[in-house]
Amino acid sequence: MPAKLDAKEIIARRAALELHDGDVINLGIGLPTLIPDYLPPGIRIFLQSENGFIGLGPLVGEPDPDLTNAGGKPAGILPDGAFFDSLMSFTLIRGGHVDATVLGGLQVDEKGNLANWMVPGKIIPGMGGAMDLVAGAKHVIVAMEHAAKDGSPKILTTCNLPLTGKGVVSLIITELAVIRVTAEGLVLEEIGPGATVEEVQAKTEAKLRVSENLATMKGIPV
Amino acid sequence: MGKVASSEEISSLFRDGMSVMVGGFLAVGTPASLVGMLLAKGVKDLTLIANDTAFTDSGVGPLVVNRRLKKAIVSHIGTNAETGRQMMAGELEVDLVPQGTLAERIRAAGAGLGGILTPTGVGTIVEEGKQKLTIDGREYILELPLRADIALLKAHKVDKAGNLIYRKAARNFNPVMALAADIVIVEAEQLVEVGEIDPDEVMTPGILVDKIFYGGGAPHAS
Repeated sequence: MPAKLDAKEIIARRAALELHDGDVINLGIGLPTLIPDYLPPGIRIFLQSENGFIGLGPLVGEPDPDLTNAGGKPAGILPDGAFFDSLMSFTLIRGGHVDATVLGGLQVDEKGNLANWMVPGKIIPGMGGAMDLVAGAKHVIVAMEHAAKDGSPKILTTCNLPLTGKGVVSLIITELAVIRVTAEGLVLEEIGPGATVEEVQAKTEAKLRVSENLATMKGIPV
Repeated sequence: MGKVASSEEISSLFRDGMSVMVGGFLAVGTPASLVGMLLAKGVKDLTLIANDTAFTDSGVGPLVVNRRLKKAIVSHIGTNAETGRQMMAGELEVDLVPQGTLAERIRAAGAGLGGILTPTGVGTIVEEGKQKLTIDGREYILELPLRADIALLKAHKVDKAGNLIYRKAARNFNPVMALAADIVIVEAEQLVEVGEIDPDEVMTPGILVDKIFYGGGAPHAS
């Protein structure tokens, strides 16, 4: 058996399978930026960077002060990319031209509500483009570690932090599970390496319905 | 009438209590020399309209650090710890606006529109106190126009008529802000004669630009 994969790698590997050839994708900062490393062969996606371009790629050569990603870090643009202004950037985002966004989360609940932009009294960075992304992208995928650092659940019956979007999340991917948000609540579709249904439910506040087709997590080497 | 102006002439336009739009995204595309003039003049109680408050030592961040602002209307403050500190201490009013909504509110002001309807922020604290409309079964928030007394922009190549070309991801909020302020001042990385920019390549038409500042620094790599 290979060395144990860390949680972030499991999440990134599984999330990569949700992206389809030709998709326009916006990735949140942090964990989601690992996803392109695990795209299956032959799958080409177009990464949108909300500061004003499509075709986000790795930095090639010297950093250019006028070319950063949405986190302000030096970045590159692919040869078929395009630059534009903030109006066009958010027209693409809100207008349904972005197939999916993959974001981290502080809390997600069984109604598909997402909270990931502030903790009152503690950290208020601002929503940046996140509220537009979750309102406008065709699919909102939350890719995050299953529980908080102190072990408290992040997948809840009802979010208690201020929301980024209401009823916007379609899929939750953690190192323990793949959970789909449906009109009937949360459905457990896949179990992470080494996890059990009981363990996943114990670490999830919301009640999970177990899919009839429950599977082991796809895309994870065993 | 010549648009190319000295720093003295530009500084004479700054007043206490003004609203100031500044282009840029995490300092990329922010006119550092114009922000420096604003700081040097010592004007205070400004209302800043910008994507973010950048960093303590770059972009518009020093306006926060040096306590020149009464209010900041921005989408993100997480990269400048001083903004959050002043906000929590009640020293600075911060109005956090989703990034796409910020761009469209500025556009509305510059396009003669009475507001815009956006799904961004529905079901979140962003909708508090705002009118909502349901159109074809979907809820939208009415967001109102946002304009400023003065806009400070940065462009890569500027002709003496004020026609602007931006470079790479430094475009961001600059074009839309050119529409929505009483006085529009642009900092030019390169200043060229009329006729040296092909009208087909112009990104912001010169009629929108009132003053041009060219510091004559080393030309930017292109």
